[in-house]
Amino acid sequence: MLVQIIAQNIRRHRIGGLTASQRRLASARSGRICCRRQGRKVGSLVVLGSLLVLAGCSGPLSTLDAAGRGAERIATLFWWLAASAILIWVAVIGLTVYAVRLRPEPHSQRAAKLLIIGGGVALPTLVLAGYLVYGLSLLPDLLQPAPPGSLRIAVTGEQWWWRVRYLAPDGEAVELANELRLPVGEPVEVLLDSPDVIHSFWIPSLAGKLDMIPGRVNRMALEPTKTGVFQGACAEYCGTAHALMRFYVAVEEKEKFARWLARQKQPAQAAAGPLARRGQELFLANGCGACHAIRGTPAEGVIGPDLTHVGGRLSLGAGILPNEADDFLRWMARTEDLKPGVHMPSFGMLPTQHLRALAAYLDGLE
Amino acid sequence: MQGGLTMERVAEKNENLWLMVVSPGIWAAHFLLCYSTTAVWCAKVVGRDGPLGEARMAIAIYTVLALAGIGIVGWIAARRQSYGSETVPQAFDTPGERHRFLGFVTLLLSALSAVATAYVGLTALFIQTCH
Repeated sequence: MLVQIIAQNIRRHRIGGLTASQRRLASARSGRICCRRQGRKVGSLVVLGSLLVLAGCSGPLSTLDAAGRGAERIATLFWWLAASAILIWVAVIGLTVYAVRLRPEPHSQRAAKLLIIGGGVALPTLVLAGYLVYGLSLLPDLLQPAPPGSLRIAVTGEQWWWRVRYLAPDGEAVELANELRLPVGEPVEVLLDSPDVIHSFWIPSLAGKLDMIPGRVNRMALEPTKTGVFQGACAEYCGTAHALMRFYVAVEEKEKFARWLARQKQPAQAAAGPLARRGQELFLANGCGACHAIRGTPAEGVIGPDLTHVGGRLSLGAGILPNEADDFLRWMARTEDLKPGVHMPSFGMLPTQHLRALAAYLDGLE
Repeated sequence: MQGGLTMERVAEKNENLWLMVVSPGIWAAHFLLCYSTTAVWCAKVVGRDGPLGEARMAIAIYTVLALAGIGIVGWIAARRQSYGSETVPQAFDTPGERHRFLGFVTLLLSALSAVATAYVGLTALFIQTCH
């Protein structure tokens, strides 16, 4: 329709000042040429648009670029749904063209009734029933808990960051924040809860999302099938900094993962160099240890993220900054600007040399 | 004269309007019963790792009963809808027409409720545990 209107306008514009026969001739020629040209333009726009849309299917936050068992199933379901939606769309548009262009004359009552009852009542009921059965048949497997003896990770949705605790079979927990590392090809049980408001834990590349509800522990089984770094996000509006509540997920080979976990269990390494040592003194002197813990030092706060190995993490401030010394400095000096609503106060009042020393200390905690 | 006679024979009572909401009511009651039975079963009886077992059986029984109830309402509605010699309800303002029209609406709502009830019941066919 739009193509026709554009083509007609162009035709009208071009053929002013000609005789009637010339106009007719020009109209017929230019009509063909313009339509062809317009058609090509629209065609390339459609191709470009489709490419742009399809480009959104990949990336570290896409279910369609699946890297886990749950996400693979969900992606298959999505493609089936998309395919049948396109099929239904083509059929409806085809019928419209048929009714308006090909055979606009009245049809028999019987044929009309058959189309309305068949296409409007029976077909949707059957198609929806088919999809319901398919969707329900996927559920038992998606909801299946990880087998006993699997690695267990407790993730708590805080305002607005993620407290992550790797639970050892003996009950000991290794705490970190805003980051998950998982061994590839192994089922993992994730226990989700929240102390105050509802969040939703979602790693699109690995599995579906699940709410974190105060007062109960929800369980999710993750089974990554590919190594790589993916992202997760809070998928339920939880407050001011909801959109800045992200995290990274690194899926690694089993040996690499085991080495990483063993390192996480260790207390923090000693500050190396005079600047970092000064940073450690300042960390304690400025009361940072009231909220943050750095195992192996007097800092034992439990309100904020555990910083024992913060320098080795993939991001800062719950997935919103890279992890370099400069980013530590920015985060401490402008916390509230970077993350409105954050419970940590900005420490911009400290002299820059102090902030630099603190940043060097924290960056060195790998 | 004809209208007068018809009015006498099919004078609508309040019950006729109530019949219209019976089928959607059965669907709602069925949904609520399935939901609460499963919730109580998983929370209080077998725990979150337990099997649905008897709760699935209960849902199957609820579904059969609900579909039977909706079927009866649909049958009554079909009879009302086909009252007289007209085949399709028309929009005339006569008691006979109202009778047919209410029957037709009740029949359509019954069909919709039956599909919805069957969809709810389908869940119990696939989900076997409290996970």
